[in-house]
Amino acid sequence: MALLEIRKLNAGIAGKHILKGINLSINAGEVHAIMGPNGSGKSTLSQVLAGRKTFNVMSGEVLYNGKNLLELEPEERAHEGIFLAFQYPVEIPGVNNTYFLKAAYNEVRKHRGEQELDAMDFLALVREKMKLLHLEQDLLNRPLNEGFSGGEKKRNEIFQMAVLEPKLAILDETDSGLDIDALRDVADGVNKLRRPDNAALVITHYQRLLDYIVPDFVHVLLNGCIVKSGGKELALELEEKGYDWLACQPCL
Amino acid sequence: MTTTTSQAKPGPADNVRPHLAAFNAFEKDGACRFPLWVNELRRAGISHFATLGFPTPRHEDWKYTNVAPITQLPFNPAVNLSPAALMAAKAAPFAFAGLGGSRLVFVNGHFAPELSAISKHLAGVKLGSLAAAMTSDVDLVKQHLGCYASVNNHAFRALNAAFFADGAFIFVPKGVAVEEPVHLLFVAVASEGGTAAHPRNLIIAEAGSQIKVVESYISAGNAPGLTNAVTEIAVGEGANVELCKFQDENLDAFHVATVQSSLARNSRFTAHSISIGAQIARHDINTIMTGEGVECVLNGLYVTRGSQLVDHHMIVDHAQPRCASHEFFHGILGGKSRGVFNGKIFVRPGAQQTDAKQTNRNLLLTDDATVDTKPQLEIFADDVKCTHGATVGRLDEDAVFYLRSRGIGHNAARRMLTQAFASNILARIGVEPVRKQLDEFLQNRLDAEIRAVEG
Repeated sequence: MALLEIRKLNAGIAGKHILKGINLSINAGEVHAIMGPNGSGKSTLSQVLAGRKTFNVMSGEVLYNGKNLLELEPEERAHEGIFLAFQYPVEIPGVNNTYFLKAAYNEVRKHRGEQELDAMDFLALVREKMKLLHLEQDLLNRPLNEGFSGGEKKRNEIFQMAVLEPKLAILDETDSGLDIDALRDVADGVNKLRRPDNAALVITHYQRLLDYIVPDFVHVLLNGCIVKSGGKELALELEEKGYDWLACQPCL
Repeated sequence: MTTTTSQAKPGPADNVRPHLAAFNAFEKDGACRFPLWVNELRRAGISHFATLGFPTPRHEDWKYTNVAPITQLPFNPAVNLSPAALMAAKAAPFAFAGLGGSRLVFVNGHFAPELSAISKHLAGVKLGSLAAAMTSDVDLVKQHLGCYASVNNHAFRALNAAFFADGAFIFVPKGVAVEEPVHLLFVAVASEGGTAAHPRNLIIAEAGSQIKVVESYISAGNAPGLTNAVTEIAVGEGANVELCKFQDENLDAFHVATVQSSLARNSRFTAHSISIGAQIARHDINTIMTGEGVECVLNGLYVTRGSQLVDHHMIVDHAQPRCASHEFFHGILGGKSRGVFNGKIFVRPGAQQTDAKQTNRNLLLTDDATVDTKPQLEIFADDVKCTHGATVGRLDEDAVFYLRSRGIGHNAARRMLTQAFASNILARIGVEPVRKQLDEFLQNRLDAEIRAVEG
């Protein structure tokens, strides 16, 4: 059984039809990349998968571990192991980064029927994950994303992912706004977290990120549906030829 | 032939008659225990009150706060401390227990030594009842009392001048720093409807001195009563005073108060107003810079529910150049409650290089809650920096979704964000145990409020 199975998904926002019949299947252990130009529906797909209610699903289904994902609340999806690394992480003044992450972590544990971690144990866990990602200690004590640079915000997303250990990570344009060092660190972090029992959906505009996070499959999203799928070499082909040559392809 | 129309001077409005009658009674058998000069202040107070009458919404400064429910109460000024009130206060849970330092408890405005604990303090520091100081420190009190809080333009201040019996007196001599915070706790016991307490506080911080004062107002019992307080603060040259006011009286109570400060050269004054109780709470926080180089910070947080109204009116008078004033006020409003923020800033002629900043942000938890926010800048100098900003809005749904996407539940996410909004103000409180207790207290209050809103 696939970890994630998207069937004929149609979704939109404010009366605008954006996703027009997406089919996609992701197995545990796989990394899938979705590439496409601006406005093709990449972010809509990631938001719909994470449960953003401003987008409405018109038809189709999404099965996650065999469960109907679309009827779960955003927090329930997180409990089940879905994680969205935001393209634009929200700044939340007044909420301490560690406090927030501990609350989130313990919610996930509670859901799994595990005991909540106390402050000491949690700090130990956090220290270990920070080392993995070469993060500065002071990041922990700052308000969540407030005043973070673009790079810090993206690192913080991957750090949260490292702590929460999702089954399915969706990285929404995690490479946008990153310089090459930050890009390498972020990719490095994602690679270290790859395991046979989890999967990642990497949404990106550029092939560059895929030099570092090497996907098993690449899909091209154009005008709301997937028009071509292939191996990692498809990314290189897109880099060279752009998207225009796929413009008249029917949906897969 | 001439016709004369009768132009009889209009008498006092009907709704002040009980107050005038009560004053006559007080003068006859209670006021004689006070020195003559104090009773002169009283007479000035009652006469201004009679002329002014209670404000109505037609009055610019009371446009959004209709005090009719206060004027409709019977008026029973607590000119004496009744044993029953003292008993009731004894049973009340005290805010900020375990704060350390001195605690002065006032019941219906009267000092209650048996509930108070005054710790040893440095030589020359005076800490106690104003009524006592009116005879023991005549010169000092006479020099300051009633000199800052004007009675000719504010009916409630005038009423306080007429009826005050006691309050706190704090004197910190030149160069002395009082390390531990001083806690002034005011317990309102409205055993009968309309019990009116008129606490009167005087804080004098001489040049180069330092003190932190916590002023909290709570009530014992649920009867509707009025607390009408005035606190005058004289901050000497280079002195540093922090005042943290916490107001949480019962939901039928009324609270009207003025904090009036006068800030000398190079002094620093920080005031926090945390207001979460009472049916109507009106806070006037006025300050005047009498010398250069003053730094004044006014913080406020109001958290309201049901049909509460909390009104903050500030006047910051930049009478001298090179002073800075910053006002940060946050409101969190649930139910059908209302908030008012009115920040007036005067920059007087010649007050160059004034730096005045004013921010008021409001979070509405329901559709029925409302806020009226108004900055008023009157600037008569040209080299100044004055900014103001106000927002009224709901919780940021992007932020709510962000937290939920990490596994934090819908209500918990809203709570976390609301608490964060409050923390932005609480974090500014310099008395750590107070900040911590307020933080916890508000967390519980917001929990309940959000649960009520979300159902």
